[in-house]
This record gives sequence, C-alpha cells and structure tokens, in this order.
Amino acid sequence: MAEISMALRDEFSPHAHIDHDTNTGISNTKLGMWVFLASECLLFGGLITTYLLYKTPVAGEGPSPKQVYDLGFTSVSSFLLLMSSLTMVLAVAAIERGDHHRLRTWLAATALLGSTFVAGQVYEFTAFVHEGMGYTTSRSSSAFYTLTGFHGVHVTVGIIMLVSLLILSLRGKLPEHRAETVEVVGLYWHFVDVVWIVIFGVVYLIP
Amino acid sequence: MALTEPQPLALPAGDGSAAFEPLGVLSRPVRPKQKWRTWLFTVDHKRIGVMYGTAAIFFFVIGGCEALLIRAQLWSPRGTLLSAETYNQVFTMHGTTMVFLVVMPVGAAFANYLMPLQIGARDVAFPRINAFSFWCFLAGGLFLQTSWLFGGGADGGWFNYAPNSGVVFSPGHGIDYWNLGLIIAGVASLTGAINLIVTVLNLRCPGMDLFKMPIFTWMTLVTQFLLLFAIPVLTCAQFLLMFDRLFHANFFNVQSGGNPLLWENLFWVFGHPEVYLMILPAFGLVSEMLPVFARKPIFGYSFIVWSGIAIGFMGWGVWAHHMFVSGIGPISVTTFSLTTMFIAVPTGVKILNWTATLWGGKLHFTSPMLFSIGLITMFTIGGLSGVTHSIAPADTQQHDTYYIVAHFHYVLFGGAFFGFMGAFYFYWPKVFGYLLNERLGKTNFWVMLLGFNLTFAPMHVLGLQGMSRRIYTYDGGYGFDFWNKVCTIGAFILAFSVAMFIFNIFYSKVKAKSLPPPGPDPWDARTIEWMTPSPTPEWNYDPIPTVTRLDEFWYRKYADTEDHRLVRIHSLEEVAQHSDGEGVHLPSPSYWPIIAAFSLPIIAYGLIYTLWLCLVGGLVLTVAIFGWALEPPDAPGGGHGDEHGPDDAHGEAGELESGASGSDTADETSGAEAGADAKEVETVG
Repeated sequence: MAEISMALRDEFSPHAHIDHDTNTGISNTKLGMWVFLASECLLFGGLITTYLLYKTPVAGEGPSPKQVYDLGFTSVSSFLLLMSSLTMVLAVAAIERGDHHRLRTWLAATALLGSTFVAGQVYEFTAFVHEGMGYTTSRSSSAFYTLTGFHGVHVTVGIIMLVSLLILSLRGKLPEHRAETVEVVGLYWHFVDVVWIVIFGVVYLIP
Repeated sequence: MALTEPQPLALPAGDGSAAFEPLGVLSRPVRPKQKWRTWLFTVDHKRIGVMYGTAAIFFFVIGGCEALLIRAQLWSPRGTLLSAETYNQVFTMHGTTMVFLVVMPVGAAFANYLMPLQIGARDVAFPRINAFSFWCFLAGGLFLQTSWLFGGGADGGWFNYAPNSGVVFSPGHGIDYWNLGLIIAGVASLTGAINLIVTVLNLRCPGMDLFKMPIFTWMTLVTQFLLLFAIPVLTCAQFLLMFDRLFHANFFNVQSGGNPLLWENLFWVFGHPEVYLMILPAFGLVSEMLPVFARKPIFGYSFIVWSGIAIGFMGWGVWAHHMFVSGIGPISVTTFSLTTMFIAVPTGVKILNWTATLWGGKLHFTSPMLFSIGLITMFTIGGLSGVTHSIAPADTQQHDTYYIVAHFHYVLFGGAFFGFMGAFYFYWPKVFGYLLNERLGKTNFWVMLLGFNLTFAPMHVLGLQGMSRRIYTYDGGYGFDFWNKVCTIGAFILAFSVAMFIFNIFYSKVKAKSLPPPGPDPWDARTIEWMTPSPTPEWNYDPIPTVTRLDEFWYRKYADTEDHRLVRIHSLEEVAQHSDGEGVHLPSPSYWPIIAAFSLPIIAYGLIYTLWLCLVGGLVLTVAIFGWALEPPDAPGGGHGDEHGPDDAHGEAGELESGASGSDTADETSGAEAGADAKEVETVG
C-alpha cells in the first residue's frame, strides 16, 4: 500500500507532506459561522438605520416607543439575556472539559434565560399594543416592532439550537470531540446578545 | 436568513468516534441508478456548477424574449404591441431576470465549477449547503417567474422605488413575487457566499498561498465578500417593503412620514456592490483566458488582484451616484462624484494590465480570445460612459434616459456577458469533454458583436437626444424613429447570435463523436485545473497537487532558458493526472438541500395568498433542517473499500486521529476520511 501511495503522490511536489489542517487553522464550520455573523451585522445595520430614521412618529399617529416602554422591565430582561452569554461560555467550557452533566445544566440555563427574554418581549409587545401602539399605527411602531422582532426571532432560533444540543447531549450524541458544535452555537448566541446591547442602546437609552 | 442558522447543528462527519450513531432518520441516498436522481441529490460542486449554468441559460432565454418584446414595441412611434401596464412588467422582469437569474448565477456557475479546481480542492467547504444554494436560487427564480401565471410580473423597475412600489400604485401581486422571489434567491447567494469564502480561505492545496491563487479565484473571493455584505442590505429593504405591502407597515407610506429615500439608499447600498459583483467574475475569467492565448504570463498579477480588492472596498462608497437627482444635497453629490471618479482607477488598472498582457504576445485568435478582447473593448466603452455619470451636472441631464441603458448594457452585456461567452467556449472541453466548434464560435462572436453594438450604441444617441427609459412608447417627430429601428434590428441579430451559441452546443456534441477527445489541456493552458482529465472526474484531483508558484501547470510543462526562450520540459502525458480516483472518499448525496430549498416558495405563496401554506412550508423546512443536521455522514456503503486511500500514508498527521480512534472498519467514515483528505471531513457539514 505504501508503494501505491508513493506512486500516486504528486511527483512534482518538493515536499509531499499534505497538511491536514485547514489553511487558516480555523475549522470550516467555525469560519463559516464567523462569516455568516459578519453578514448579519449588515442586516441589523439596515434595520437599526431604519429605526433611527423613524424613531418619532408623525404627530397624531399614536405614541412613540419612548412613551410606552418600561425601562426597568426591559433592563431586567436585557440583563438576563446578557447573563445567558455567561452560561453559554460555561457550557462550552464544560464540554471542553468533558463534563457532560454541567454542559447540560448550562445549556438548559442558557435556553431558559433566552426564553425568559423572549417571553418578556412578548409581554412587552402585548402591553404596547394595549397602550395603543400597534404594528401599523405609525412609522415608529413599524420600525420598532420590526427591529426588535427580528432580534426576537434570532433569539428564538438560538434557543431552538440550544434545546437541540441539549437533546443530543441527553441522548449521548454529543461527545467531547463535538465540543466545537457547542462553541459555534455559542458564537451565534453571543452575537445575538451583542446585537441586543446595540439595539437596547439605540431604542431604549438614546433620548 | 434564519434558514442557515441551524447549520452549526450539522454534525461534521468523520470526526465521529465509533460510538457515534446517527439518530433514527432517513439514510442518505445511495448513488442511484437513474441519471436524473443523481443530479437532484448531488452535492458535487461541478454538477452544481453545471446546473447553475443551465438554469441561467434557461432564464437568459426568458429574459431575452422579454428584451425582444421591448424592442418590438419600440420599433416605431406609438407602438401597440404591448400596453403600458404590460410594458412596465416586461422591462421590470427583464432587468430582474437578467441581473439576478442570469448574470449572478452564471458567475456562481463558474465559481462553483472552477474555484475548487483552481485551488486544488476536492469539493467546497459545505457541499450540502452548496446544493441548497443552487436549489434555493432555482426555487426563487421559478417563483419569481410564476408571477406571470398569477396576475402579472412586478412593474416598478428592477429597483422598485418607493412609494411607487406600494400597494396603492401597484395593487397586483407582481411586486410581492419580486420581493419574496429575490429574498429566496438572496438566501441562495448568502449561503453560497459563506460557502465559497470558507472554501477559498480553508481548502487550498499545499503550497497554494493566497498570492499563488489564479486570478479567477481571487475575483471569486472578492465577489463573494461583496455578496456577503450586499445581500443582507437588500434583504432588509425587501423585508421592509414586504411588511408594508402585506402587513400594512409604514416604512414607505409617505402619509405616515415614510421616507422614499430610505428605500433608495438601502437599495443602492446593495445595488452598487451588486454591479461589481456581476462584473468581477468576468474580469477573473478574462484574466485566465488572455495569458493562455497570448502565451505570456498575466501582466502585473498583483496589480490585478489588488485592484480587484480595491474595487471590492470602493464599491461600497459610490452608491449615491444613482441618486444625484433625488435631492440629496450638494455635499453628498460632490462626495459621490469624487468617489465615482476614483473607482474608475482600479478598473482602468485592469484594462491596462490586460492590454499589456496582449502586448508582444503570440496571439491566438480563438473564440475565447475574441470574446475576451470583445470584453476589453466593449467594457472600456461602457466604463467611459460610466465615468461621465460621475459628473453630476451631466448625470442630471442623462438621468433616466437611454444613455444610462446604453451604459449599463455595455458593462453588463459587453463586459460581463462577453466574458462569460468566452469562458463558455474556453472551459467547455473541461466541463463536457468536447470542444465547441471554432468556426461557428468565431462567427458567433462577430454576429454577437455586431448585434450588440447595433442594439446598444444608438441608445447613447437616443439618450442624449432626450428619449426617456421605461416609457412604453414615443411620439414621431423627435428624431427617435431611425435609431430605434436600428436598435430593434440589432436586438434580433443579438438574439440570433445567442441561438447560434445554443445550436453550437448540440452541433459540436454530435460532431465530437467523430473527433478525437480534446484531452486534458486543449488550449495549452496555465492553471492547475487543466491537469485533470476532461471532463473533470468526480474526485477532481488524485493525488492532490502541490503548488510552488503562480501558473503552476505551465511551469510543469515549460521552462525559461537563459536567453528567455520557452522550452518544453515535460509532455502533457507526464504532467496530466491519470488516476482512476480509486479510494478517494467523496461527500455523499443528500435529500435535504432540495427539500429545504423548495419549502421556501411554499412559504412565499403562503405569505401572498393564505398563511396556512406558510405553516405547511414551515413544517417542511423544519423537518428538512433537522433531517439535514441529523442525517448520517455517509450513504450506506458509501465509504467501503476506501481505507486504502492514496494518501493514507500520511494519515497519522490527521487532526482526526484523536476522535477517530475507533477501528477504521467500524466507522467507515473516520478511517477513510482521515486518510483520504482531512479537508473533506469538514465538508460534509
């Protein structure tokens, strides 16, 4: 067999060693996720720009988001979302150590914190609609719901990925050498959190 | 966008230990007997490239018929062939089809087929996502075209400016089809971009540094980065418009303070990089063809590469030159005038380099060469008329006239499409194993050049005389009659030249049976893809080549003597690849990409007609994503007999050995893949 390999090897190559790592040293999946997240920045960039342009409604078209939100409530749910990044890091650390029990704990915690955030958003939206700011009320309400809604959908997709990982782990299908799968989901999760920091600043904090 | 997110769930094949067993889902398709099924479920980048090309030609015929309708309508003043409404739909769909379903996918076809070959890879980084990209593009394109069957196409121009694109002014569903179809095609472009970027960055063969990559690969990389950042902006704008039209949001509702300039800005922030991402693949292809037929290395390789990168960056800073008459203010106008003048520089650098490549070369005027020179000359005309747009006062005069139509057809047809035509002739033997007839090819070129110039050159005159675009008719007595007739005659000659090309495909295939096969290297070419047999075998390379310099293949055949003469040092027989691919492990086909892709139009129809369909489509999509993520890494029996892969000798260096500690036979993927080529391991993701 060795002879066959020698015969078929590229005879023009000065050093016949074929490098088994990727050229960048980053795995395809992880690099793919990074590239995807770069693209997501532009999607959210467009939505944030739209919101900044439309943050106040035309006079007489219902309340602006600023008049209806409860800063305390959203601050708490934002805090929970940011804490989920911490639990995500702990989950990745756990699987890298081979600690599957803690992996499941932290994955569940992350998904739970994320769900709390989404639940908070649903509650918030409902409250806003009751206060007279529906999706079609004004340009600001459309922009507000679209921006935060897009983010909410991203969080939800993240939760689905986390729960899927949890189920895989519980069934024993997520061994240590797949730690990177958890890490890549983590990358996505952190990105969604970082985007929320920007959105929270733009929508809730800037006067 | 969310469609790609579950991707990390995909369990990379190969690094599974023997303990890993896929969940109880459908097994992957075994290579089926019927030929058509092998195409439906294929993940082979070459087949996907061929399908991209075929679909693009199909859409090209549709878009071309629309163009002929436009020209027939404008044959004489007060034409009555099309009503104003139909005319609006026809020119909108012509532009949309040609941009999104012809030029972009032909670029994708070449990128898919050639780029992995040029970097010495066996497939792209994510073969299944690659298949998904293609099917998604096809699903989006077909969805868009079905608008003709359900009440008419979009009618707001390919840019669909707000508020003209609102329900008030466009009450039919045409613009909804446009929106949703292009969002689906956008998903295809985005996933494709991620895939190809990772492929170029990660899967280059040994020795293939970034600056030893062929120029086409470089241009592909720049193009994919442009797509990566441009597509989400368009998607964002289209989501806003969709919410306006379907759910009564107020983004472009002027009464509620909606700002039409928001649409214009978002659209052109996408739209101008789009222009460059349509032309750069053709630039890359020409940079491959010219050195072959000038029998000289490309002049100023690094200049061409860096100017391509510069275009990639500067392309983001010129979008508002589409908006000089929209009242954006003198500072913006000045800024974008200047940036538009500047971006002509890197493009000019390329033209100069190509000309210098030809200078002093032993020119062989084959059909690919003719088309390449056609690109250089025609694109230069289009580029020069483009620079005139940077002068804002002149642009104000030219805005929305046929002068603009002439300009962008010179760059897109005379530029991009001439390059693609040349590349069709050039790469046909590599892809299909037979040469296209040269005599017909050369006639094809001259007829196309004639038809093209007859069609579009008079439009410069018409535009400067003040004839407006997008108006379904014109009155006699303005001096428009004669040149419009010339344009229409030209358009039909152009259509004839396309028919000649399609005829040539079948004619040459029949004739090829009595001719000797072209062999791996019919043009005496320079880059490593010509080492492989024609047509390229499924496994691409066996063994994977090691690259030491630019134009590696050329320098395996030829060497420079001390007095700068070329001498042949190896025969083609010696340098070409002969392996039968025994033992090369390739990614298995999969059912899920096509299922996932065709769930999207179901959702889109649901959004337009009844939300229940969305539920159906959503369910199919969910099943497909989970099926995809959890499907086994290999077809039953797919890896058998592969333990003796040619590169097994250096398997010990594989990063997988830690994970793949199980026996080679127990887990057919681990041993085979760790041995054959660790790069493939990630590819199944």
